[in-house]
Amino acid sequence: MELRIQIVSIVAALGLFLLVFELVRRRRLLERYALLWLFSALALLGLAVWRDLLEEVATTIGIYSPPNALFLIAFGFVLVLLLHFSLAVSRLTDQTKVLAQRVAMLEERQDHDAATEERDVLEHARD
Amino acid sequence: MRRGNTNLAVVPAYNESATVANVVRELNATAPDFDVLVIDDGSTDATAQLARAAGARVLRLPFNLGIGGAVQAGFAFALENGYERMVQVDGDGQHVGDEIVALRDVMDGDPRLDMVCGSRFLTDNGYLAPISRRTGIHIFAFLLSRIVGQRITDPTSGFRLYNRRAIALFARDYPHDYPEVEAVLMVHHHQLRMREVPVKMLERGGGVSSIRSGKSAYYMVKVLLAIFVGLVRRRPVVEPGDASPVTAGQGI
Repeated sequence: MELRIQIVSIVAALGLFLLVFELVRRRRLLERYALLWLFSALALLGLAVWRDLLEEVATTIGIYSPPNALFLIAFGFVLVLLLHFSLAVSRLTDQTKVLAQRVAMLEERQDHDAATEERDVLEHARD
Repeated sequence: MRRGNTNLAVVPAYNESATVANVVRELNATAPDFDVLVIDDGSTDATAQLARAAGARVLRLPFNLGIGGAVQAGFAFALENGYERMVQVDGDGQHVGDEIVALRDVMDGDPRLDMVCGSRFLTDNGYLAPISRRTGIHIFAFLLSRIVGQRITDPTSGFRLYNRRAIALFARDYPHDYPEVEAVLMVHHHQLRMREVPVKMLERGGGVSSIRSGKSAYYMVKVLLAIFVGLVRRRPVVEPGDASPVTAGQGI
């Protein structure tokens, strides 16, 4: 693997790692969602630094150019991350639905109780 | 407002201000032993106010959840307020109180039934849906009949009466969108009993169906996916009270 692409890979992976780390530090990103990112960045960084391993991996899966293997692996991580977010969105959707239903029921009960109370007060006043 | 009814009629309504008051009044007149609950599914018009003025209780969802989430709010309400029976009525005047009473009589006649569905196709009653929709319904009917081992003629009908067991099940877990077909499968997997009875359909009084023609293809594919995924899904727990299914788990 040529040195330039190795340097680019290392800088990119390290930059990604630091960016995600910084976002967690500033509490902009929950650890729950940062873990996969950090793991991906670390794995890519490892492969970019450790050239022999990357070449080994590339030969094993039948890719002639090690940078292409790095690219493919990075793509794999991106897919997993996207799937992870689809799961998170599904879960949020379900939770939002339940929340909306609970809010509607609470609101209705409040209105209903208020109306009942008002009617009782009026009836008492008439007696 | 009437008191002490153990039956609830749930009317999901999304921007149905043209018809919702009539539906509520008609229900109150023709099915007086049903309390009427309108689910305002995030309407931007006066649906909620008109329904309340007409004498219904109204759940106002803070935003549009779609038919599945709206009807499930009805199940949750029925469960929480101790209703023994719940019937779902479309918010556009498609079903009438007499038909509700017919459903209830069937359930009264066979206490083992957990769900009674109104079917538009059991007898020839002159109902003709657009050809595209009819084809879809027949495909679902064919598939479902084979899966559940019982003849299903109208799996997309939302006109259904549920008992307490079915209410508890669906309050806990009801499909998000286009729920009717999947609900039949759930009833089967949870070992509840259902039966179809023929109903007459009135013309739509206004508003649009929750299934627009342009969405038919999406509807078909989505429900087919749900059916086939449902086939290989882990069998759900039969007894209520267990952990919520679907998306409660975390991570991949």
